Amino acid sequence: MSDTSDDQGIPAPEGTADIIDTDYTIGQDNIETQIGPFGMDIHNPVFLISGLAIIAFTFYTLALPEQAGNVFSWLFDSVTKGFDWFFLGAANIFVIFCLLLIVTPVGKVRLGGADATPDYSYMGWFAMLFAAGMGIGLMFYGVSEPMSHFSSSFGGTAVGEDGVRTDWAPLGAAAGDELGATRLAFAATIFHWGLHPWAIYAVVALALALFSYNKGLPLTIRSAFYPVLGERVWGWWGHIIDVLAVFATLFGLATSLGFGATQANAGLNELFGIPVGSTTEVILISCITAIALISVLRGLDGGVKILSEINMGLAFLLLIFVLLVGPTVALLTGFVDYLVAYLEYLPALSNPVGREDVNFMQGWTSFYWAWWISWSPFVGMFIARVSRGRTVREFVVCVLLIPSLVCVLWMSIFGGAAIHQVLADGYTAAQEASLELKLFKMLDALPLTGITSIVGIVLVIVFFVTSSDSGSLVIDTITAGGKVDAPVPQRVFWCIFEGAVAIVLLLSAGGLSSLQSMVISTGLPFTVVLLIMCFAIWRGLLAERRA
Amino acid sequence: MFERIMVPVDLGHAEKLEKALLCAADLAAHYGATAVYVGVTTEQPSSIARTPAEYGEKLAAFAAEQGELRGIATDSKAYASHDPSIDLDPTLLKAVKETGADLVVMASHIPNVADRFWPANGGSIATHADVSVMLVR
Repeated sequence: MSDTSDDQGIPAPEGTADIIDTDYTIGQDNIETQIGPFGMDIHNPVFLISGLAIIAFTFYTLALPEQAGNVFSWLFDSVTKGFDWFFLGAANIFVIFCLLLIVTPVGKVRLGGADATPDYSYMGWFAMLFAAGMGIGLMFYGVSEPMSHFSSSFGGTAVGEDGVRTDWAPLGAAAGDELGATRLAFAATIFHWGLHPWAIYAVVALALALFSYNKGLPLTIRSAFYPVLGERVWGWWGHIIDVLAVFATLFGLATSLGFGATQANAGLNELFGIPVGSTTEVILISCITAIALISVLRGLDGGVKILSEINMGLAFLLLIFVLLVGPTVALLTGFVDYLVAYLEYLPALSNPVGREDVNFMQGWTSFYWAWWISWSPFVGMFIARVSRGRTVREFVVCVLLIPSLVCVLWMSIFGGAAIHQVLADGYTAAQEASLELKLFKMLDALPLTGITSIVGIVLVIVFFVTSSDSGSLVIDTITAGGKVDAPVPQRVFWCIFEGAVAIVLLLSAGGLSSLQSMVISTGLPFTVVLLIMCFAIWRGLLAERRA
Repeated sequence: MFERIMVPVDLGHAEKLEKALLCAADLAAHYGATAVYVGVTTEQPSSIARTPAEYGEKLAAFAAEQGELRGIATDSKAYASHDPSIDLDPTLLKAVKETGADLVVMASHIPNVADRFWPANGGSIATHADVSVMLVR
């Protein structure tokens, strides 16, 4: 006798969905083994190839730092300069594609089946996708990017002997025009943190969520390629895609951990006089990894979700504080004004061809697009993991529009306060400080500096903990062939491995910047991957509508 | 003495549970109790099922098969979890309450050094559940 009809502890009935008919069983290529006392359940060969490739690349940069540095900087230049038109054009396609999803009838499709219910409240969901997506970048660039664009725009254009512009100002600059330079600076900053990056994340996240929750395929990057590659996706094509994703995620995280440690170190030095150096940074990375380990062991709900919510709360408090003690009215009117400036300059900033501002376009925009795209497997997969039960329209609105607006608010308040200090008070410490110190210098000119700077450092550290934790979760899922219930020691392994790679690279001369170039370079093949994903999403959604 | 015996099952490794399944069935037959098979699945497709609903159906079929094979009354309850690698213990403890079980019979591995870092699920349930727990090694 068995009775399960009305007594299921699972979410509401899933309703209609268009499950893809495949003979592949999740975990069929996995190896279940015991390494010492620990049970393992890993994908063959993705786990092994990823692990070995990461070790090999790390040793290469350590053994031949100069050669590696040259190779990577050549690669970096070729990618960001040779393919700038491709990155800009593709990112425009992603934004248009996402906006289309909002207005067309496919927006009604629900992730997880017609009757699925959301797993997380709006608050928890939003906090997690924001913390994974760009929390740390906002801390690093919130003050420094608007300030950099302001200075270069205000300085005007300069042309070299070869007739090519040598300045870093966006578009035609705004020489000597305070208001014009400010508006252009914010338009450019918002352009880099608004619709385009979030459209990149939305495409990857939607592809993964759709093919996993609605089509019944494993939660790995390769699944989105089923409409294109068919059953071949379970073979070497799929292995290569997944290995690339692991590679980009781990090195992306390791390099960010390294750079994050330098910012936290700079902040601690400013505040407590703690010496700047590799010893402090190694200790910081070890501490961040240790906290991430605790978070990993507490799981998705008990770890990363709680930390994300705490950090969102703290970041919001800091934002309100700067807004209230800073030039409140100027900052609020700035928010609207900068949003208008963004929309005004958007067509020119997103134009992929015939640009005169080559330094800005290649050094800033093209670099950013490659960077967001190389992070997209990680952030996209994490967003997919927590987005079951949302409709496509709700998903795109929440992943594209709301974070973009929050970024505009953040940038216009933090950057606005710093630029106001320069223009109204003649306080130029933030303008002159190094990149990682600009935030702390801006806070210096406001009351309660000690407290706000500590909050700033805590935010930097906790954003790294959430990145490290969610990154380990994502890498573990990919290297376990899409199994999300693989043994916990595997997650612990990736978390420690990430920290170890960051420390090793930090200690080697130029190690981190070489690897950052490497990560950026993975953005190029992934742009192609993302374009194919758009096609796959569209086909997948049409099939859902017919189901 | 017992009316509802909860038996946590991992459908992916049912062959390893044979001793525990037999033990639970014998106890259910002896006391005239219902064996309630509880499974925890992921919300993402897994090696067992591609949706939580499909998992629920498979678990129900497993329970029915056990009922027929052992000649006992059975029931089943499936749970979907955000992160089953970590949330298994709290989910099973919730199941103890929700199924109204008065005895839990579950398979557990022989302890090794890893249990110092990650206590076995069986040990954790025995520590925290209000009802009797029988671990079958």
